[in-house]
Amino acid sequence: MTPFTTVTGPAAPLLRPNIDTDVIIRVERLVGTTRAEMGAHAFEVWRRRADGSEDPEFVLNREPFRRAPILLAGPNFGCGSSREGAVWALAGAGIRAVIAPSFSDIFAANALQNGLLPVVLPEATVRRLAAAVERAPSEALVTVDLERCVVVGPEGDVHRFEIDTARREALLAGLDDIGLTLREAGAIAAWQERDRAARPWVWLA
Amino acid sequence: MPATLLDRLWALHRIGPAGGGQDLIHIDRILLHDLSGARALTEVAEKGYAIPNPGLAFATPDHAVSSAPGRTAETFAKGAGGVKALREGAARHGIRLFDLGEDGQGIVHVMGPELGIVLPGLCVICGDSHTCTNGGLGALAFGVGSSELAHALATQTLRIAKPRSMRIRFEGAFPAGTTAKDAVLAAIGRLGAGAGAGYAVEWAGSAVRALPVEARLTLCNLTIELGARIGFVAPDERVFEWVAGRDLAPKGEMWERAVAHWRTLRSDDDAVFDAEQVIDAGTVAPQVTWGTSPEHVIPVDATIPDPKDAPDATRRRAWEEALAYQGLEPGRPIAGTPIDWVFIGSCTNARLSDLREAAALLRGRRVAAGVTAWVVPGSVRVKREAEAEGLDRVFTEAGFAWREPGCSLCVAANGEAVPPGARCVSTSNRNFVGRQGRGARTHLASPAMAAAAAVAGRIVDVRSFAP
Repeated sequence: MTPFTTVTGPAAPLLRPNIDTDVIIRVERLVGTTRAEMGAHAFEVWRRRADGSEDPEFVLNREPFRRAPILLAGPNFGCGSSREGAVWALAGAGIRAVIAPSFSDIFAANALQNGLLPVVLPEATVRRLAAAVERAPSEALVTVDLERCVVVGPEGDVHRFEIDTARREALLAGLDDIGLTLREAGAIAAWQERDRAARPWVWLA
Repeated sequence: MPATLLDRLWALHRIGPAGGGQDLIHIDRILLHDLSGARALTEVAEKGYAIPNPGLAFATPDHAVSSAPGRTAETFAKGAGGVKALREGAARHGIRLFDLGEDGQGIVHVMGPELGIVLPGLCVICGDSHTCTNGGLGALAFGVGSSELAHALATQTLRIAKPRSMRIRFEGAFPAGTTAKDAVLAAIGRLGAGAGAGYAVEWAGSAVRALPVEARLTLCNLTIELGARIGFVAPDERVFEWVAGRDLAPKGEMWERAVAHWRTLRSDDDAVFDAEQVIDAGTVAPQVTWGTSPEHVIPVDATIPDPKDAPDATRRRAWEEALAYQGLEPGRPIAGTPIDWVFIGSCTNARLSDLREAAALLRGRRVAAGVTAWVVPGSVRVKREAEAEGLDRVFTEAGFAWREPGCSLCVAANGEAVPPGARCVSTSNRNFVGRQGRGARTHLASPAMAAAAAVAGRIVDVRSFAP
């Protein structure tokens, strides 16, 4: 997993509510497309018109947001399908952090597995950041600092966000969860032995 | 201290703290399908991890396989790689696979309960957001991504924070013509598509208690569309009766022990929930969606909302975009909107009871000219049982295509899609932009509403079809 410490860059405003993972990556791209190729297809239903050409109105097709590492979004970001391809597509398109008032639980878990930081800030704050970015897009840089757990807006405004300590440390270090959990193999085996006695019907083999 | 059902299910599976507010919980069943399941098996192999408990994992192809009669894994060529990876991964690790053409194959959330793979009180995961469906049996079931799936295969556990608890009670009785699908869509419409984020939802109340088990699976299926990863109904005698005798359900003395345990799985009368909603069941009418989020839903006898009435500027824009995509005008009745396609299928509504409900309406009637209508049974068993009752003939005589089990037009990852601009009444779970195909327009509804629309050639109030 790519470690996440601090990211600074343009923040693309995409304040729609309920942005679902079908829209982030079309299901066809999950079939026969490698993980590395998915970035090119992020948001393709919005990014491209029916004839395949780019829609110049879509925020990620506009400078300076074309390679924005930060996305500003509406509530319930990443709802719908559990597809981790949505996170791979965003990461492949260069997005390192999404700032939104709320996230789907599955999307947030998938993001954390891949070094993509979901930052929860109040809706009014996200709107304020988006407005500041829209006012002066070329020089309006946003910083997401996981070490200090703050977002710094284009006007120097500082917004604290919450993230649980274990998640923060894993992201800072780029740690793999499986290796961490396998250190608990003894506790897991002991639990399973007790459970085989308590709920034998669970254990089919 | 009084406990909720969530408290009990969580305590039952908690191995210990995992740090930072998370717990390490045991996973009793892992369900694998041909997209995320195949990927997770490949990831485990690439990283060189073992799978310590292959007997607790089950696999079946459903997402990217064709539903055409006589299909094989190669009928939809792009999906063949996922099926092959699923077959090879399952064989390599000794995971039981229910393959195409075999008894037991089907949409993962239809075949899991049907075979007794899923039981009350089990902790069940799958790389699929609709895993919450299995909560209809009283299981703690939720969707995960493929990395978490790989973690569970390699460790039989997950690191996850306990969600907050929400109870949604439907009190009273649902009126005639109203189904579990209508009930949950109405709840999503009232509370919003993000209302459940961070919660596990217990569906309760007298109207829910009265629901048959398959209707409870439908109710729980759409919990994810409310934003909650987990939804369940406390298991009761009706569930035990439904589970009894299924292939992998416990038998004999073991059955008695299991049922005695399952009877303890309920919320105490004085349990306190983090959030609670009460809906008068008698106010729930047949529902249909008009927009591109499941929260864009109205009773079928209502008019299409006007964006100027939206609660805020962001939603006003979302409503405008949804109406433009759907090709609908605000202020007009939704009933009467002409349609091109009807799809009866998906993990929401492809069980035998759903097919019976649609067939009851179709008997002696014909699909309207110009409407393409498909019915895709949820599993090989559903298909076989429906054929034994003659339901397949009711559908085909009415003008429906009778197809092979799979996700088909719900997810359009299998070469099957509603054409651009075509309008489809669908029993599935998502009306997202492009979900049923690029440019396709989806209206979510119950099986009876879908069957009625097929006959009328337009969106229609199923209650006007009452015999």
